This record gives sequence, structure tokens and C-alpha cells, in this order.
Amino acid sequence: MATVTLENLRKSYGKTEVIHGVDIDITDGEFIVIVGPSGCGKSTLLRMVAGLETVTSGDIQIDGRNVNSVEPMDRDIAMVFQNYALYPHMSVFDNMAYGLKIAKVPKDEIAKRVANAAEILQLEPYLKRKPRELSGGQRQRVAMGRAIVRKPAVFLFDEPLSNLDAKLRVQMRLEIKALQRDLGVTSLYVTHDQVEAMTLADRMIVMNSGVADQIGKPLDVYADPATEFVAGFIGSPPTNFLDAGQLGRRVEGGAKVGIRPEHIRIVPQTETDFAGKVVYSEPLGAETLVHLKLLDGEDVTVRQEGALPIPEEGESCGLSWEAKDEMIFSEDGSRVRQSGS
Amino acid sequence: MAHGFAMEKRVTFKGMWLPLLLIAPQIVITAVFFFYPAGQAIWQSLFIPDPFGLSMQWVGLGNFEFLLKDPFYRASFVTTAIFSTLVTVVSMGVALYLAVLADRLIKGSGTYRTLLIWPYAVAPAVAGVLWLFMFNTRVGVVTWYLGLLGYDWNHVLNDSEAMGLVVVASAWGRVSYNFLFFLAGLQAIPKSVIEAAAIDGARFWTRFRTIVFPLLSPTTFFLLVVNIIYAFFETFGVIHTITGGGPQQATTILVYKVYSDGFVGQDLGSSAAQSVILLVIVSILTVVQFKYIERRVHY
Amino acid sequence: MAQQDGMVEKRGGGLWLTHLGMIIGVAFIFFPIWLAFVASTVEQQAIVRPPMPLLPGDKLVENYTRALTSGVNAPVAMMLMNSVIMALGIAIGKIAISLLSAFAIVYFRFPGRHLFFWLIFLTLMLPVEVRIVPTYEVIANFGMLNSYSGLILPLIASATATFLFRQFFMTVPDELAEAARVDGAKPMRFFFDILLPMSRTNIAALFVILFIYGWNQYLWPLLITTDPSMNTIVMGIKQMFPSGDDTADWPVIMATSILAMIPPVLVVIGMQRLFVRGLVESEK
Repeated sequence: MATVTLENLRKSYGKTEVIHGVDIDITDGEFIVIVGPSGCGKSTLLRMVAGLETVTSGDIQIDGRNVNSVEPMDRDIAMVFQNYALYPHMSVFDNMAYGLKIAKVPKDEIAKRVANAAEILQLEPYLKRKPRELSGGQRQRVAMGRAIVRKPAVFLFDEPLSNLDAKLRVQMRLEIKALQRDLGVTSLYVTHDQVEAMTLADRMIVMNSGVADQIGKPLDVYADPATEFVAGFIGSPPTNFLDAGQLGRRVEGGAKVGIRPEHIRIVPQTETDFAGKVVYSEPLGAETLVHLKLLDGEDVTVRQEGALPIPEEGESCGLSWEAKDEMIFSEDGSRVRQSGS
Repeated sequence: MAHGFAMEKRVTFKGMWLPLLLIAPQIVITAVFFFYPAGQAIWQSLFIPDPFGLSMQWVGLGNFEFLLKDPFYRASFVTTAIFSTLVTVVSMGVALYLAVLADRLIKGSGTYRTLLIWPYAVAPAVAGVLWLFMFNTRVGVVTWYLGLLGYDWNHVLNDSEAMGLVVVASAWGRVSYNFLFFLAGLQAIPKSVIEAAAIDGARFWTRFRTIVFPLLSPTTFFLLVVNIIYAFFETFGVIHTITGGGPQQATTILVYKVYSDGFVGQDLGSSAAQSVILLVIVSILTVVQFKYIERRVHY
Repeated sequence: MAQQDGMVEKRGGGLWLTHLGMIIGVAFIFFPIWLAFVASTVEQQAIVRPPMPLLPGDKLVENYTRALTSGVNAPVAMMLMNSVIMALGIAIGKIAISLLSAFAIVYFRFPGRHLFFWLIFLTLMLPVEVRIVPTYEVIANFGMLNSYSGLILPLIASATATFLFRQFFMTVPDELAEAARVDGAKPMRFFFDILLPMSRTNIAALFVILFIYGWNQYLWPLLITTDPSMNTIVMGIKQMFPSGDDTADWPVIMATSILAMIPPVLVVIGMQRLFVRGLVESEK
């Protein structure tokens, strides 16, 4: 068990900086999810912690020890790869035992640990099989098993579920969460999927072009995004952004106003001077997504209860929301906080 | 192959001495047995040794000039061209014929393949001995039966018969190789394409001409280059065992001449110059082959 | 299968015609080998008074024993041994040095890497026939005439095998090497534990191709083995023909030819599937 600290961590390839200084203190047993679109640097960040990428500047500490120049095997970490990276010619048992064999762990100890992991992951019947004889979910479990047997201080997950089909992904997500809770091992988990991030994380790091835009508890990040990017990335369907000028009133210091689809209500046109034309609606049962076009051509999405009446296509509707739900962003995308709001 | 040049592994191991140590055996052998001799060949091609072999005299490109004017060398060029064209055409023709037949068979094509693979394992020199035996002027079975038909076979004296025999013996050993590639090429053509053509009313020969052969052209081109290289270099054993380059140099291809001038005739300068010319020819063929492979990849 | 294929006309008469065509082809390919076999089972008299029979005689054991134990210049058993050593030396040696250099080129960044890569690449253009005289001189200067190392070493470095392995290593997922690093495997451990076992089908296929390449060498052993006891079987056959007008000892020569074929044919037929795959994949 261990803490992990990143201090002003930077990474450059030649002259191009791809990670622009990330800071975080991770407490013992915490589950941290690094989320962001592809190319945002989230995998690079994880691979730096793993020791697979060198650190350009800044510090990585695991349990208070600076590990910047420590080999991956000596960092007391274990990693689950996106493609599982199972050794194709080794049996499930050998795959899990390989790291222990190299570390010269005694044979009976290896057998005990692998048996234990296999029990937890329900892999007992498959120990003699080769990876190609397993299903996707089973391979995923073997990759997890390989991480577990090492009893590392930190688990690193690099998009471990992205190769599974949707149903299996949900199931494995729950299993990973349960496992991490049981074992209590500090974990870093990279994903581009915000649902995984929201459901798994104790705290999440939202990455945007090499910068940690926001670090916080999932619901806090959702409720109070620090930047325009975070507001747009977390939450589905994404936040609507309107030009401040369009609202017909002055917004101090702000260039854009963001309102989440679930905070907008459709009202009779008489009750508001803000209106749009319905382009199409998507009734999903429990909820309905209504897509509208504003007079100046901008798109707005409204998310409303499934029980509410669904407006016709082409119908003009009034739109209304409460001022407290407005999120104001400046030209450069940062949040403008108004006193009293 | 060629498209891989630009590819790089993301993951590498650290260290400088280990990789140098790993690559050292190949580099040392390459330097000692490839580059040094090739350099020597180029160097020697610029000299002629005096009659006693004691000193070398610088002649610049003299050896090359002499060679290009030498009627024997020119004749050898023509011989090589005829020889390699015939070997390539005969071996590829027979192989394509057999591959088309084998492709039509679902059952039994494996058995035929096993039988047809044999000659691949037979060394060119051994192939030469086998064919020499059949056409031997005194004891050859084929010679004897030809004699019954009133044809007097004598490749020891007759130029074109000698050429015919080395061509057939060289092509024979090559049929297996070409057959395997043609069969693989044919089996890679989707059956649905052929079936569509059949529904369009194309008979077998029309289908072959308009659909199969064009789709097979990458394989054909590859084999063309490879077979020419084979005919240029690897047929030495066939010629050495059957004709020894004769009669009167009628089957002396370029590689054979390098050998006979260098080792039998001890004319090192000329032999080296011939090596350099061969080197240029192989380089061109190799580049053509690679350019082509590169293009294939970008389809 | 047959019905499904019937659509593209492969029924009844057509099918038999196809088989007939195949059989004619196979007969053409096989006839020289058959004839050699027949000749190796009869006595000299049956051959020198043509036409020779087309069915085997009863001297098989006698002829082969004579070839193996005494031969013409050297016992064929000895030449077979030399060929086996040369072919195995070339095949194993090439595979070993190519695996190592491909590993270095693919998995390391070191000074001169690109230079070395191109140096190896250039050897594609230098078949032994092109550099024959100077290479002979190098071997002579090293005192390696009539030696196994002289037979093997100049043929051992080749770009083809290095390229094949490089190509294969490039397809090995990066994550496998990373996983091995996280598992604590040092480079050579990764090489032996992961990379080598994963390459075994490639190695086997290449072994077949290289074994035959080594076995079938002719010009090179012809030049550097002047001592009959170092002759390889493929080049030794030609040496069995008498110079001048003497009659060749055909049964022994043909028995030797058959013996020269057996090891490579066994290797090819025995590893046919691997070999065909390796051939078609590696050279394309």
C-alpha cells in the first residue's frame, strides 16, 4: 500500500512538450481515474508513473521515494495493458507467475499466490490454457491476475476495458471496482470513457492537451467544472455553450455561458424571450433528448423527463433555466466565478 | 519488407554495449566475407597482373573497355539473356499450368503438391547429373529412343541441343518453387470473383485471361524477377555438370565465365571486372524487386 | 465441396481431365528421379548397353553399399557427413546471428544502428558468385581451405534471414515488451523467454529453407575443398565422372545422386506446411 505524489511532472519529445506540469497527491488506497480524449497525454502520464517513459522534469514519488530513475520492476507497481499483453506461448499459470519467477520467489509461494489470484478471478479451470484459448473477458482477468500476484503498492490500468464489448465492459467495471476495494491497493486508471471515470473514481484527473484541467471527486467535477473543456467533456449529452452576446444581457468577464441539457426546460414561448425550433427528438424512454436550433443557427440540446410531452419537429419553443445553473467561461476557456452565484 | 524501413518500435531497451555485442557477429562476418571481397573485386578490376603474377599494373577502366569489346564476353551476355529468358519462361509456364490444374482440384491437390515439391530439394548440380544421365550421348535413355526415331542427339557437339538441355534441367528444378507461389496466388483470389465471372457467362479460358491472370500479376512479376536472378547465379551447378560451358562457350553464361576466367584461366583483372558488372546487374534487379514490393504495399 | 464447386465447371469429364493433366505434369517432374533410382539398382552392364531398363533391378543394396563405403574418390558416407555439417552449420549459424542482430536493431537505440542496418541490407546484392575470387583469397589467407569454417562462414551472413526476423519482431506488440519490463525481465531474458519461443514457427520454416540452401551449395565447396575427404556430396558427384574416355560408374553415381537428395527431401516433405508458409511469406 502506498501513496503516490506527482510534482510538476513534465514530458517532452524533443522540443514538443506533451505534459505541461501535473501535480497530485494520491493517498493510500485511493482510486484515481485519468480521463480525457485521445492524445491528451493521459497514457503518457500513466506510462511515466510505470517507468516506461522517462521523466523530462518534475518528480514522481511512490510512498515518499523518488522513483524518477528507477526501473519499472523496482517501482513496486503492476500494470494492466490495453491489449492485456499476455505472453501468447505461456499458459495462464505461467503468465501470472512470470514476474515472480524472475524475482526468484520460491516455487511453493508462487503456486500459492497464483492459486489465490485464480480463485479471486474465477480462473481456476483455465490455468493450463494458452491465452488464445480464452475469451476476451477471461484474458482480461488473466491480465488482472498477473497484476494481483505481485502484491504491488500501486496498480496501473491503461484503458483495460476498451477491447471488450459493451455488456462485458459494464460487468468488468464492477469487478475491478470491487476488487480494488477488497485489496485496497492505490490505483491509477486511464480511460477515455467518462462513464468509467465517473463510476470508478474516488477522484478523477481530467486531462486536456497535456494539462490536468481539473482534479476532484466525480460529482464535484460534474457539478462545478473548472474549465469550458471539462464542462464539455464530462456529462452526456455535453453541455450547451452559448455566446454571451446572444443572451441579450451582459455577462461580466465572460465570453460563453454553459448550461447542461438537464438544466434547460421547454416552456411556452410567451414565458421567455429565448426560443428555438425543434430539429428532432430522441425519446429514450426514461428521458427524451430534444435537439433545437436557435434563431442564429446554434444547436442546443435539452434533456427532459420521459413523461413530459414531446414537442413536434419544426415547432418553436421557449427555453428557460435558472441562473444558478449557468456556468460562465472566459475567452480562454477558464471559469469565471461571479460573486454571490 | 520495404515499408518496414520507416517503422520504429516504441519500446526499446536501454544500453549501448549489449546491442553492439549482439550485432557484432553479423557485422564482422559481413565485413570480412562480403564488403572486403567486394571491395577487392572493384579494386582488382582496375589492374592487370603481369605475366608472372608478381606485380599489378594499373589500367583504370581498361579491363572494362577490353571486356565490352571482347567478342567472347559479348557472346556470353547474349547467351545469358537467351538462357535466363528460356529458363524463366519454361519453368513459370509449366508451374502456372500445374498450379491452375491443382487449384481446380479440391481433393488430392495436397498429394500432388507433396509430389511436386520434390525437385525444390534437389540441388541444381544433382539436377544436372540426372538430366545428363537421360541425355548422355552413349547411355542416355532419351538419346537412345530419339535415335530410334531417327534423331541423332548430341549436346556435346550441338550448340542448341546443349542450350536446350541446360535450360530444361535448370527449369525443371525451379518448377516446384514457382508452382508453390502460383498456387498460393491462385488460392488467394476470392472464389466469388470467379463465380461472378461465370455467371456473367465467361467460359474457363476467358475467365483465366480476363480475371485470373490479371489478378495474379503481382505473383507473376515477383517470380519473374526471382527467376531471372536464379537463372543468372544459381544455375552454375547445372552448367558445370552438364556442359562445362561448351560446346565452344555456347552455354557459358556470365557467372560461369567469372569462374572459368578467374579460376581456370587465372585472369584475375578480367574476372574481377566481370564480377563488378554482375554486381551492377544484381543491384539493379534487387532495386527493381524492392521498388515493386514497396508499390505493392501501397495498393 | 464438390457440389458447391460444380458451378465453376468441375464435373465428370472435366475433373478427370484435370487429374490426367496433373499426372502428366507429375510424371514429367518425377521421371528423371525415377530413372536415377532405377539406375542405382542395376548393374553397370544394364546401363552401358542401352536402352536401360525402366524398372528397378536387384543390385540396390550392393550399389548403395559400394557408394557409401568406397565411392569413387571418397566414400559417400563421408561426403554425406560433410554435407550435413555444412548445411546444419549454415542453417543454425544464419538463424543465430540473424536473430541476434534483428533483436539489436529492433529493440535498441544505439549509435550506428542505421548504418549497420544498411550494411546488412546491401549484402542482399552480393551473392557469393559475384565476389567469388576475392572471397576465395580471404579464405585462403585465413588458412581455411578444406575446413568446415571455410565452407560455412562466408555463406552465413545474409540479409534475408535478418529481415525476416526484423519483420516478425516488428509485429510483436510493444506491450509485450513493456509487460516483460514491468515483470522485471532484462533484455536477454525477454529475448530468450518471450521473443524466441514466439518466433519458433518462423525459425522452423527458415531452417528448412536454409538447410536446403546450404545442402545445395555447389560452386563454393567446389573451390575451397581440394581434399576429397572434405568434399560435400552435391559437389562430389561431379568429381565421380572420369576425365577422358573412361566409362562412368553409373550405378554408383546414380546411387550417390539419390543419396544426395534424400536428406533435403526428407526435411522438405517432413516440414512441408511450415516450409510452404515460410517460403511464400518470407520472400514476398
